Amino acid sequence: MKILPALAFLATPALAEVPVLNVLTYDSFTAEWGPGPAIAKGFEATCACKVNYIAAGDGGAILSRLKMEGAGSEADVALGLDTSLVEAARATGLFAPIAAQPNTLPVPFADTEFQPYDWGWFAFVHLKSLENPPANFKALAASDLKIVIQDPRSSTPGLGLVMWVKAAYGDEAGSVWKDLADNIVTVTPGWDEAYGLFLKGEADMVLSYTTSPAYHLIAENDDTKTAALFDEGHYMQVEVAGKLKAAPNPELADAFLAYLAGTEAQSVIPTTNWMYPAQSAPLPQGFETLIQPAKSLLLSPTEAEALRQKAIEEWQAALAQ
Amino acid sequence: MASGARAVSLAVAGLVAAPLAALALQSGLTLRAADGAALRFTVTQAALSALISCALAVPLARALMRRRFPGRGLLLTALGAPFLLPTVVAVLGIITVYGRSGWFSTAQGQPLPLYGLTGVLLANVFFNLSLATRILCQGWHRIPSEHLRLAASLNLPPWSRFRHVEAPMLRAFLPGALLAVFLICLNSFVIALTLGGGPGATTVELAIYQALRFDFDPGHAAALAMVQAGLASVAVLVAARFALPEPGAGLDLPAPPQRQGRLVDGLVIGAASVFLALPLAAVLIEGLPALASLPAQVWPAAGRSVATALASAALAVLAALPLSLAAARGSRWAELSAMWPMVASGLVLGTGWFLILRPLVRPEEVALPVTMLANALMALPFVTRMLLPEVRRLLLDYDRLARALGLRGLARLRYLTLPRLSRPLGLGAGIAAALSMGDLGTIALFADQTQATLPLVIQRLAGAYRMEAAAGAALVLVTLSFALFALFDLGGRHGAK
Repeated sequence: MKILPALAFLATPALAEVPVLNVLTYDSFTAEWGPGPAIAKGFEATCACKVNYIAAGDGGAILSRLKMEGAGSEADVALGLDTSLVEAARATGLFAPIAAQPNTLPVPFADTEFQPYDWGWFAFVHLKSLENPPANFKALAASDLKIVIQDPRSSTPGLGLVMWVKAAYGDEAGSVWKDLADNIVTVTPGWDEAYGLFLKGEADMVLSYTTSPAYHLIAENDDTKTAALFDEGHYMQVEVAGKLKAAPNPELADAFLAYLAGTEAQSVIPTTNWMYPAQSAPLPQGFETLIQPAKSLLLSPTEAEALRQKAIEEWQAALAQ
Repeated sequence: MASGARAVSLAVAGLVAAPLAALALQSGLTLRAADGAALRFTVTQAALSALISCALAVPLARALMRRRFPGRGLLLTALGAPFLLPTVVAVLGIITVYGRSGWFSTAQGQPLPLYGLTGVLLANVFFNLSLATRILCQGWHRIPSEHLRLAASLNLPPWSRFRHVEAPMLRAFLPGALLAVFLICLNSFVIALTLGGGPGATTVELAIYQALRFDFDPGHAAALAMVQAGLASVAVLVAARFALPEPGAGLDLPAPPQRQGRLVDGLVIGAASVFLALPLAAVLIEGLPALASLPAQVWPAAGRSVATALASAALAVLAALPLSLAAARGSRWAELSAMWPMVASGLVLGTGWFLILRPLVRPEEVALPVTMLANALMALPFVTRMLLPEVRRLLLDYDRLARALGLRGLARLRYLTLPRLSRPLGLGAGIAAALSMGDLGTIALFADQTQATLPLVIQRLAGAYRMEAAAGAALVLVTLSFALFALFDLGGRHGAK
């Protein structure tokens, strides 16, 4: 196997004397169109270090990877878990306490180990031409509208939707899902399949984020899409970063988290991750057209962890028939 | 069993068993109540897909092998194309054609009921019809032309002709074709869930994904993988029980063309071509506009994918040949060990190896070699399936002659085995390369951002709203897979004469 040594050479950071900060994150964060490159460049200008992203598939994959590697992980920072995974991540005992950074989330969020770096409201995205968009889950269930959603067992937005219904309806969640069953065209394993189906016209609405229309408006100059405002409130996804206890470069990790909370990094977020920044950073033109939910729903990490299994089972029981 | 085959057998068994053991050691084997429902749905959709694909493949292969028309060779190669599509791309292609807002619904004026078992079966048949047809074409190719001449000179009516000439061949080849499709559909995940319409369409593979990615319960994943292993083994044994050795031997003289049934054959070929070409056309139409402005990441990723695919194909063929030879000489152990990798998807193998290798090396350092090895293993069952009937035939026809002549070792390989097997070897290598091109399971765990393969880049694009760029990159992937497949397949068919 002749290519092995060559690959090993390529994978070894060339600048051995400069400290390397390893950031374990999800794939799309590190993509050339994602927030990763700009944030790495900005931080490297301040730290005399090199940022190396280790890319795992998605939030769930980051957590599995940490569990697999345990304290042997070479990662200094893990970035990209969301609130539904935070409690499970905390339970690994791999994360260190961090200095609290202020944030401007619409609901209070304070955690000793995890720092939010962006957030968004889940919402059903539809074409502006859709007549009488529903104003809540019950109106949606009563309508003939067709929706595509994601599977909560394999996708974080899918899990977010299950938590949304649970947070809004509590014990009634099961019956809400039963009523929604005939509106659901299909359930996809990930966000991208569902969004692709919606763009192809397979459904009237897709579960995504209130910020999704901003992508089409800003990147594609297409203002035909919007999101439906639900009066039960909108469930939030909060994405967080944390420092590993076994971080080889703990000071660099602290510095990186501080940089991540600063205006420079935060202003990269809206047009790369298409989410809201966690600190008050200027929003790009186009974001002012997005719907602004009056009420935000978010279960605390402990509540979310306690409810997750039961909420998924309710969802499954209501839809599997 | 020859010592070479034994070594390969052991290596394959070890490479599959070690990651399963590593997973099981993490949390202990567990199964849950919900797994029963997933198991039932998995088997139902796989069995139905295999039956339908093969039922349609019989008339199609028959028509293709009985007729000579311009472009026939090209059509035979193009038949491989659906099988080469990455599942996500194929699903979107199918939806463009048959979906609620698809071409058919628009033409008909009302939406077709695609989502549900119908959609799952439609997609699986679209995927696997071509594979089943190619396997059966090999069978028709193997009917001694003397039998066809005799049937023609006796003026046998179509039914008798089928019973006496074609049915014995089908008995030898159909179980293998059914098995191959069944095994592929057993690992179905994206198709079943996306087109299945709801969580009722959960397959074991989704449960494995959930266990590894969300719940981090590797023991559960290992137990599920072992259940799949059990299913796959039962299927292999049942298929082996039904398959009979083929009768007779021929001199490979060309058979006379037949006049009967030209219209029917033409209709069958026409209908199948349209069925297979429409979703491909959809992929082409969607991808073309984005080709000019693809992100820079696409091209190096494409290079890595091709290199990995070539290496996987070479490894798969190198392992499949000795195993098939041993299996054809009656080693059930060799046959089973060639089927073994079916137990585990790329995700299971990848995660297991990750656990094993993690303490020894940085995962990024071995990303491409591990992916190459995993893909070769995943392709091994299919390549072996392609080879086995032909190897049996080879031994039946030439083994005694070769022994009498004292032809052995490398000389036998060079003058007898390779030339006689060139056709299935080419097809097998082509399929192995294509399977590797589309794989996402292993690489996603190991690669850092500088080592992404093309399917990974497509997923990243689609995950960042860039569906058009993703469609363009998917077109690149399909084109490259198809080019590799055609290269091997045509090379194999060329070498056969």
